[in-house]
Amino acid sequence: MTTTVTRPASRVRESQTRNTPSAPRRQTGRHLMLAGIALLWLVPLLWAVYTSLRPYADTAKHGYLSWPRSLSLGNFTDAWNQSGMPHFFWNSVLITVPSVLGTLLFSAAVAFFVSRFDFRWNIVLLMLFTAGNLLPAQVLITPLYRLYLLLPLPQWMSDSLLLYNSAWGIIAIHIAYQSGFCTFVLSNYMKTIPKEISEAALVDGAPVWRQFFQIILPLCRPAFAALATLESIWIYNDFFWPLALIESGDKRPITSALANLQGAYFTNPNLIAAGALMTAIPTLLVYFALQRQFISGLTIGSGKG
Amino acid sequence: MSSATPRTRPRRLGAGDRIFLTVIIGIPLAALLFFVWLPALASLGLSFTTWDGIDLADIHWIGLDNYKEIFTNYPPFWPAVRHNVIWLLFTALLPTPFGIFLAYQLDRRIRFTRIYQTAIFLPMVLSLAVVGFIWEIIYNPDTGLLNGILNAAGSGHHIDWLGNPDLNLWAVLVASGWRHTGYIMILYLAGLKGFDPALKEAAALDGANGRQTFLRVVFPALKPVNIIILVVTVMESLRAFDIVYVLGGGVGSKPGMELLSLLITDNIIGESSHIGYGSALAVVLLLVSLAAIGTFLVQTFRKEDQ
Repeated sequence: MTTTVTRPASRVRESQTRNTPSAPRRQTGRHLMLAGIALLWLVPLLWAVYTSLRPYADTAKHGYLSWPRSLSLGNFTDAWNQSGMPHFFWNSVLITVPSVLGTLLFSAAVAFFVSRFDFRWNIVLLMLFTAGNLLPAQVLITPLYRLYLLLPLPQWMSDSLLLYNSAWGIIAIHIAYQSGFCTFVLSNYMKTIPKEISEAALVDGAPVWRQFFQIILPLCRPAFAALATLESIWIYNDFFWPLALIESGDKRPITSALANLQGAYFTNPNLIAAGALMTAIPTLLVYFALQRQFISGLTIGSGKG
Repeated sequence: MSSATPRTRPRRLGAGDRIFLTVIIGIPLAALLFFVWLPALASLGLSFTTWDGIDLADIHWIGLDNYKEIFTNYPPFWPAVRHNVIWLLFTALLPTPFGIFLAYQLDRRIRFTRIYQTAIFLPMVLSLAVVGFIWEIIYNPDTGLLNGILNAAGSGHHIDWLGNPDLNLWAVLVASGWRHTGYIMILYLAGLKGFDPALKEAAALDGANGRQTFLRVVFPALKPVNIIILVVTVMESLRAFDIVYVLGGGVGSKPGMELLSLLITDNIIGESSHIGYGSALAVVLLLVSLAAIGTFLVQTFRKEDQ
């Protein structure tokens, strides 16, 4: 009895002597510093929120750095109604959803091939895909722009009759470009699936396609969740491809269409703040709901170890 | 490490299996080659030609003339190169080490660590365009937060943060660093998770303080993560476009904020489309990026090659 009582006590004393008296104070200092930085990091966002909630007349009269006379969601409803935001959001959905699904399907296929079958070109293929995603988009844009102007599409796919100025063109470049990153992540993930699983399937006489769809794909669910979260945000956030490859404003997804908003309402920062924040809301929702998937997608991609 | 994994022995695959495998590698590969590598190589080819961009038959070989022109006779080129270099140096010297520092501070059992991480990482979730708009309403000379504070503090200066060519690049860099810090922090936190805490304890027992432990023990042991972060920093600096485009008012490059990426788009969109110029600029950007891409590939695939 006595020994069991004294032991923890002695351990406590030991840890007390080992910790210098300044240790708790240092922790407070660390908290102060981190809280200060975190707050500082939130200032631009909070300022945008504050600006967006104030009526234009109020800020015009009293200046932006002033106490609010009234706060309302008026700017949000105005931005929503006047600048056609629902339409642009819908464009974003039409581009993001097929792009993410296509990217995942393509990269799962390539990853399956390079990680589960021992053909000679595995590393070369993987490098080709990975490096493709690392090229700056601007390196591709000049010829891509001309290519899109040359490639016809049937009327039912695009009223521009070209890959240029059409959502299909944006989806195609997203899939081709983003496959590199996802292939890299998925092939690393598939390598961790024991070979015996495929061997067993082969012995059972299961064809390769069943192995792919019924065994490997379901096992990759966690990687898909992470990549889908990450890619949805990335593709939704993409600004460049539609800016360069979609000429008419009304076909652009919301992120690129913000540039229209800027041109039309540059004198009304309250409205621009509201528009920018509304554009950010879907990504923020996805991020807060699927934070773990998002971050694991980002970090497994960076090739831990 | 994975080199020890025994490869599946060659075995007979049925015709159906072969067709299936050809399809699943063939279609994505064709898409990649057509939409990514063909344009990349075409940039290289077109950089030696002159073309008005309309008729393919009008492409004429002119050798290195485009390069000669952009190096000697294209005023925004050298400022753009200088700005890209400043961008890289700034990002590598301030937001990146700061992100590493924050990761090191947050990688311990302290309360609220998730709240701090979320706040600092939040800008990374926003698109660069949205980040541009958020900072636009901070930098606006008449209505922005920054000049509002300066006025309230009694300074009579009216600073045009985004218009003044000596200031605007730095203003954009602050906005971009705001976003970059969280990215590096999250990447480094993931790296630190894989770090053996026993090493840190051993260093502490040897009497190393926090800074010594980090510089002498943790940092060298995380070489793979350091390389990734270096590559990410270089790539982000070369790719910088959206935020500059938005903060520049959405009209292409603006004095003081020229970047290679913006010059390229200036040259394809707009009335004066110099395909050859744009391509030559793209090749310059490509060559610089290849150094970073090569580093990344070597780092990543070296261990698998064995």
